[in-house]
Amino acid sequence: MAGNRGITKWGWVAFFLAPSLLGLIVFILGPVVYSLRLTLYDWNLLSDAKFIGLDNFRELYHDAAFWTAFEHTLTFIVLYIPSVLVLAFLTALLLDQPLRGRAWFRTAFFVPVVTSWVAVAVIWKWVFNPAYGLVNYFLSLVGIEGPAWLIDPDTALYAIIITSVWKDLGFITVMFLAGLQGIPENYYEAAKIDGANRWQRLHRITVPLLTPTTFFALIISLINSFQVFEQAWLMPERFARRGASVIVGEIVDNAFRYNRMGYAATMSWVLFAVIFTITLVQFRFQNRWVHYDL
Amino acid sequence: MSRKFFALGIVVALVMGLVPVTSFAQDTVTIRYFNFTSSPDHLDDLAEIVAAFEAEHPNIKIETSDAPYGDYPTVLQADFAGGDPPDVFELEYQTFVNYAANDVLLDLTEYLDPDTPYYPRALDVFNYEGKQLALPETFSTVVLFYNKDLFDQAGLDYPTDDWTMEDARQAGLAITALGDNVWGIKAPITFWEFYKRAAQNDCQFFNEDKTESTINAPECVETVETMVGMLDDNVMADDVEQAAEVSGDDKDFFLTGRVGMLVSGIWMFPLFEPAEFEWDIVVDLGMAHKGSAFFSNGVAIAKSTEHPAEAAAWAQFLTASETAARVRIENSWELPALDKPEYFEAYLAQTPPANRQAVFDSLNAVATLPVIERQTEMQDLIDDLLSAVVAGDLDAPSALDIAKEEIDALLS
Repeated sequence: MAGNRGITKWGWVAFFLAPSLLGLIVFILGPVVYSLRLTLYDWNLLSDAKFIGLDNFRELYHDAAFWTAFEHTLTFIVLYIPSVLVLAFLTALLLDQPLRGRAWFRTAFFVPVVTSWVAVAVIWKWVFNPAYGLVNYFLSLVGIEGPAWLIDPDTALYAIIITSVWKDLGFITVMFLAGLQGIPENYYEAAKIDGANRWQRLHRITVPLLTPTTFFALIISLINSFQVFEQAWLMPERFARRGASVIVGEIVDNAFRYNRMGYAATMSWVLFAVIFTITLVQFRFQNRWVHYDL
Repeated sequence: MSRKFFALGIVVALVMGLVPVTSFAQDTVTIRYFNFTSSPDHLDDLAEIVAAFEAEHPNIKIETSDAPYGDYPTVLQADFAGGDPPDVFELEYQTFVNYAANDVLLDLTEYLDPDTPYYPRALDVFNYEGKQLALPETFSTVVLFYNKDLFDQAGLDYPTDDWTMEDARQAGLAITALGDNVWGIKAPITFWEFYKRAAQNDCQFFNEDKTESTINAPECVETVETMVGMLDDNVMADDVEQAAEVSGDDKDFFLTGRVGMLVSGIWMFPLFEPAEFEWDIVVDLGMAHKGSAFFSNGVAIAKSTEHPAEAAAWAQFLTASETAARVRIENSWELPALDKPEYFEAYLAQTPPANRQAVFDSLNAVATLPVIERQTEMQDLIDDLLSAVVAGDLDAPSALDIAKEEIDALLS
């Protein structure tokens, strides 16, 4: 083939990569590197950036608002991830059965995933309305007086977690479904012949062989959850916001409301370091619980 | 030979055709004007003001662009960060301070015609450390709206311009007693209400040279307690009760006749026109003394502009000319910040409310907005702490102790 040798080959590679590579360098890599530099500066966009060494990191260490947001983000993760993984697993098991209208159910579960957060927030704000919302209505049927949800700073985060689980359930379910379908049927046949009951088949075959999928879903959800933002930004009523502040919300506030670009960049890099470390640790320990074969 | 001349003639004619006519006439200067108040309802009105200005100044062309309120600050900031700001642009007061402190605005003192009839108060607002860094374009005030029907039902006299928070509380008790889903007053518990009540109660945010916050002084504690006290005895609905009614926003709350009094801005006038009851306004409530909230949008010029004189001429025309004032008033596009009662006759004649004079009477005592460079952070902080007091998580003294500590950090 013409140009398949030496410098010409790399010339062609560069030629075809250039358009997307250029965009990546100019609009993604460039700003990423620049933001690392910004962590050492005080810059409000209007005046020249001022070099301040590690002051941004020092300030962040003592910034109560940031650590509160960090705590809220961790609470979100601790409650959201197990809920969404377990529910998605159960949903996937259900949708893997030869049910009537299976395709319809699969679509229905996936619709929230492709719906924009703005639309979802509007709907769920209504669902959580303390006076005429559905949630408190159902609670009242069993004699429970529901909380004020998105109006009360103490409960806003829980309303957000519930909504997030609902919205992301379909996404994780699809992953589990794919995982379930990848398990060879002959394992189950062999188990049946050996006299394994349903529970044993689930426990000894399905769960272990789904661990690679679970691992992947866990990593993806963790990375996304640390960056939780839209729902926390859109859903709580004004005064309940302080109960649902999250890390990315703090970054946006500092960058675009308080015009503290350097400080916001510092927060971003700290967040990156946290996510990177946790993901690394997970990869390290995966061989203890992830089974790629029986 | 003649053919050569003919060819030369054609070449000359062609070249002449390439040169714009304007370069022979007087140089035309283009001024770029960026704004948010015309977007999206008043674009035609702005075009009318631009046309009038260009007719008066044939050598200046105004190129307008606009962004909606929510996007405007980000776009403007990006223009500055990119080194290509518009020549003339609008600024809200609280953003103005940030721009002024960063020294990117042109000092307009030498361009300003001293006879321009701006409200002195409005002009002062945009005077930063002795420099006139923007011109007041429009103003609005916050007043007390009241539902006459509810006052009649409760057998109460209508509010007057000297009413205090305590008067409103007493009247509110009687109105709340009218029914289960009727409340006396809605006076929001936010930073924008607090700074005003604080000024009315002689609560200072900082010491004079702004080195230390004094926001935990007894006057300030009393201010917060008075504001939050409206929630006692159900004089004011709490957020949950209000959310249970219609859409939960103040506009619908008042419009559906759920509340006797509402503290809100004069921008509500057109929104309250569909009301099925009689309503009117008076000057906002006071505490130890009166002090109304006063908001103003300003027009500023980038220090880096190449045409300061032309830019200033446009800024002045836009803010102070009779044409601009007429266009704004006729189209209900905010009020010009001009001390020219004759311009406002048509405005005062409109009803409701009958007592539009209260809009101007509010200017007799105006609460000064406490301003620091890190303004938005301070406002967010106070909003958070007020919400904690409303929720019962903090009492007023401890909330203000925290506020003092945090504002001290913002000041340093």
